[in-house]
Amino acid sequence: CSHHPGKARDQFQEELVIRPLHSGDIYASFQFRTLWDTDFLQERQKVSHYRLFPKSLGQVLSKFSVRELHISFTQGFWRTMQWGQPFIPSPPGAELWVWFHDTVSDVDGNWKELTNVLSGIFCASLNFIDLTNTVQPSASFKPLGLGNATDHRFLRYATLPREIVCTENLTPWKKLLPCGSKAGLSVLLKSEKLFHSSFHSQAVHIRPVCQDEQCTSKAWELRQTLNVVFDLYTSGQGKKEWSLFKMFSRTLTEACPLATSSKVYVDITDNPELFELSPATPLLSQAVVLGDRRTYSVFDLTRAETFGQLRSLNLLLRWKGDSGMLRPLLHAERYVAGFGLQTGEIHTVIYNNHPYRAFPVLLMDSVPWYLQLYIHTLTVTSKSRDNKPSYIHYQPAKDRHRPHLLEMLIQLPPHSMTEVTVQFERALLKWTEYTPDPNHGFYVGSSVVSALVPSMVAMNTNFTQDQPLFSSFVPVKEESSYFVRVYTEPLLVNLPTPDFSMPYNVICLTCTVVAVGYGSFYNLLTRTFQVDEPSLPLAKRLANLIRRIRGVPLLA
Amino acid sequence: MGLLSDPNRRKALTNLLTRLNAPICMVCYLAAIVWFMGLAFEPFTLRTYMSENAMGSTMVEERFSSGERALSLAKEFDAHKTKAGGMPVEWLVKAMQARGLEVFTQSFSRKLPFPDENKERYMVRGTNVYGILRAPRAPRTEALVITAPCSPGNSNNQAVGLLLALAQYFRNQIFWAKDIIFLVNEHDLIGMQAWLEGYHHTNITGMEYSPLQGRAGSIQAALSLELSSDVITSLDLILEGLNGQLPNLDLANLFYAFCQKLGVLCTIQGKLQRNDWDTAEGYTHAAQTMMLMVLKQACGRSWGDHGLFLRYHIEAASIRGINGFRHYKMDVATIGRLLEGMVRKLNNLLERLHQSYFFYLLPSLSRFVSIGYYMPAFGLLAVILLLRVSFPGLMLHVCFSVSLQPSGPGVLTVLTPVVISHLTGVALYLLPVHLQEMAVEHFPVSETEAVVLTAVAIYTAGLALPHNTQRLLSGEGTEQGWKVLKLTALLYLAVLLGCTALINFSLGFVLAVTLVPITASMTPHMPKALSALAMVLLSPAFTILYCVFIYQELIEAPVSVSEGWMLFLSVISQGILDHALYGSLVYPLLALFVYPCWLMFWNILFWS
Repeated sequence: CSHHPGKARDQFQEELVIRPLHSGDIYASFQFRTLWDTDFLQERQKVSHYRLFPKSLGQVLSKFSVRELHISFTQGFWRTMQWGQPFIPSPPGAELWVWFHDTVSDVDGNWKELTNVLSGIFCASLNFIDLTNTVQPSASFKPLGLGNATDHRFLRYATLPREIVCTENLTPWKKLLPCGSKAGLSVLLKSEKLFHSSFHSQAVHIRPVCQDEQCTSKAWELRQTLNVVFDLYTSGQGKKEWSLFKMFSRTLTEACPLATSSKVYVDITDNPELFELSPATPLLSQAVVLGDRRTYSVFDLTRAETFGQLRSLNLLLRWKGDSGMLRPLLHAERYVAGFGLQTGEIHTVIYNNHPYRAFPVLLMDSVPWYLQLYIHTLTVTSKSRDNKPSYIHYQPAKDRHRPHLLEMLIQLPPHSMTEVTVQFERALLKWTEYTPDPNHGFYVGSSVVSALVPSMVAMNTNFTQDQPLFSSFVPVKEESSYFVRVYTEPLLVNLPTPDFSMPYNVICLTCTVVAVGYGSFYNLLTRTFQVDEPSLPLAKRLANLIRRIRGVPLLA
Repeated sequence: MGLLSDPNRRKALTNLLTRLNAPICMVCYLAAIVWFMGLAFEPFTLRTYMSENAMGSTMVEERFSSGERALSLAKEFDAHKTKAGGMPVEWLVKAMQARGLEVFTQSFSRKLPFPDENKERYMVRGTNVYGILRAPRAPRTEALVITAPCSPGNSNNQAVGLLLALAQYFRNQIFWAKDIIFLVNEHDLIGMQAWLEGYHHTNITGMEYSPLQGRAGSIQAALSLELSSDVITSLDLILEGLNGQLPNLDLANLFYAFCQKLGVLCTIQGKLQRNDWDTAEGYTHAAQTMMLMVLKQACGRSWGDHGLFLRYHIEAASIRGINGFRHYKMDVATIGRLLEGMVRKLNNLLERLHQSYFFYLLPSLSRFVSIGYYMPAFGLLAVILLLRVSFPGLMLHVCFSVSLQPSGPGVLTVLTPVVISHLTGVALYLLPVHLQEMAVEHFPVSETEAVVLTAVAIYTAGLALPHNTQRLLSGEGTEQGWKVLKLTALLYLAVLLGCTALINFSLGFVLAVTLVPITASMTPHMPKALSALAMVLLSPAFTILYCVFIYQELIEAPVSVSEGWMLFLSVISQGILDHALYGSLVYPLLALFVYPCWLMFWNILFWS
């Protein structure tokens, strides 16, 4: 029945992109898209019959009136300098951002419940998201789907930089797929290989999109993406030779029967100078992705001839040449400067490597309250000159209630390095507020740099159904630039930490000092000492009385 | 506390303290010395043990086997070093890149305040090369550092070779949870300082350096390698860092545990461990090891490249290969395995090293003296100063005089010598470096000699200056005047030594041992010549001189008097350089506080 998309109101596509990276590593990006033209938010009509769309997510959408939901779990840091831009970026740890429908009255309440439900669905610690790490960015996270909601009261954004992603998160993610891990591309998702890599990121994006080109009706799109980078040395044994089997310890034998399209793309733009691909395929496709026109070999899994006589597809890539470091147009990094446990300085460095074009970027920083930012020390310098941001949105933290939020629109001069610095003081926490491993340090989530980067080639602004999935996630509005989001590394900051093995000693010492030392000194200081004169016998006192009247010296 | 509030008992106590003041002080002093020497006696010390759970029970298997490759890399490095006449930057960058590291360089330059004659350098210009091994699936928040200095001449090639071989081996492993930075630094400590300042974006010593391009989050621990020969018989662990800071004891325990596991001969202070603690030789050996540690810690300089890390709260130690005990040859692969094991266990750390002691002395690698055991030795010395404050009549007399005439000459007579002593101290701190050009013009000496000799001259001139100062104001010095001064000076010294000992026990103790006896007993009524001689012989400068001789004696390289004098001069110049280059605090402490304090007592002696 899946071959009749006109009849069924939902459809499923799957796609794998393999991109050999300059460093010799290899990047594999899976995208699974389920499209369903129904409306979860309609009041009257409750959606109860699910086919391809996972019921667990559909129910969540309608219960919490979610307009758009983006959640990612990432283990590792995307190395922009070696790998270039990823198709869909994500910060280390977990990231969740949700646009609620504007009919929601208690957004915070919905958000709290939603995070707890998602925590259960994905077996993750999303329940640790609360008001102390949630922010409402005013400009950095616009909705990616239909509708132009701009009121950021309905947006919630939170990251958990410490979240560790492992097989227990992969399994529930795979269960959301129509074919599970039984058939199609998802047979490649074996955790022992996916977690033997340099980078692993899995995400779920739900948004309303146009159903067709004319955009007459709305459909809900669920995109499940999984990005993984295999390392040349630890997975590839140092040999620049990759195959599906070497990467995933599986080969492909069939498409998911429920999928309307199932394709494997291999980026062969650098072919044949850099590497060779076998088996060769006559199908080629061109796509403009991230400001660059790339050529792909396409392997359509719905066709029998793709698998050849062996009835299995095992792509083989062999490098021939060698290439150096990349210079991505936009690149950012961050670190903590200074030493000691009292103050510090957060440095965010943003590079514009475009030779002649300046472009603006939106920098968003969400810093926990226990780093008390001195916002008056905020400086932005480019080419050793002061660079005044054209827009600043700063929301100061409230101790134990909400984090700092700093958003700035900065113009990056061409071929420059822009440095944003702000000093902070480390707060002394209450003793119950420390984590069980306080000496590990405390995390500060990645800062987010969003930009429209000038493109080298004209971007494709037409939205068509047959575009490859990886090139159509972020809608392109103009031909000359494309949208990029860059995440910096999270920070690990040590706070002043008491020695927790000491309370007993401290209590003993304090009690002793207070009882013995302070008590007696206080006594000595406040007591008035008087010389105690021995009382005279009665006879002498009488004699003195008489002598006083007489005016002669008294007896002692 | 009836003792204090009951006038009769208080009187009895005061009487006791007053009557037996001198004997009690003597007993305290002797007890302090005995206590301190007893610290090295094995039954009184504790056995070291691994406190950190993450490093203790976890199993680590060492598989490094490319010892030969390390040696051939060392040869290659040597050849390129000779060819480049310094750091072979390009070769190193290529070598690290070929091993799959992200490689960055940092150039730096530093003009020393005056030429360093020990290392023959003045204008220093160099480049650090470092490669970062990015841990798989780690978010760049934590890192470990392995460094090897690129030294001039033939030394340390093997360390760089082993570093590269380790990098290659480590790169192929999947288990790393923290990024590992492999750093080859030029001009030893200066390069290290430039790199650390660059990494933390600070500038505390006026170094010029290019900013770092690659970072890896907060550094958790660092190991510095020093290997200068293909044949290594034992490994020496160096812990003493800048300003007497020590890394967490667990780092030493880790090293010792792996030496035991791999059967590697290990030493500390270059001294092997002995098992015969109950014999006189055994005890002397332990005492010598501990004394060496005390002296090294007291001088406050960084005894290896690791020492500069400690300021940044990064636990670090240097491992130096020794080729001296004939029968225990071991190959480079074993050292590689030892380092692999240590780095893997550090990689397992969940928190910074914090479980074990930060304040300790080591009479041997398997025994330690914790702060709770050694502090009483200092406490006994500090008590003497406090007891002397209650010296017969001194306290009461002073209190009365101050309360009766609050603005009288009492305060003024104290203030003048105090101010003048401190001005002398400031001169001692500032002038040597600033006057070097003038001195070089007028005297036939080099800049370094000029600095050192100016320091010695100002020190000596200080002795002549202040002992007549009070006469400038109040004519004859009064009995009451010197008592006020002595009270001030005693309290000052007590606070000064107390603070020093808390930060750097060794320095505080060494200063207390020499300063306390003479200062405690100083009055103007003592025979002038004799006590003047005693005071000079127990002054801070002579303390340094004694330390030089004792140190040479302990490392079994005794020197003659003239050699000792030359060493003494070079120690002073090194102290001033350490302060200027790395921010060591011993020179300013001695010049600005200890010496003026001593001058105040000198003043009392010549009070008339």
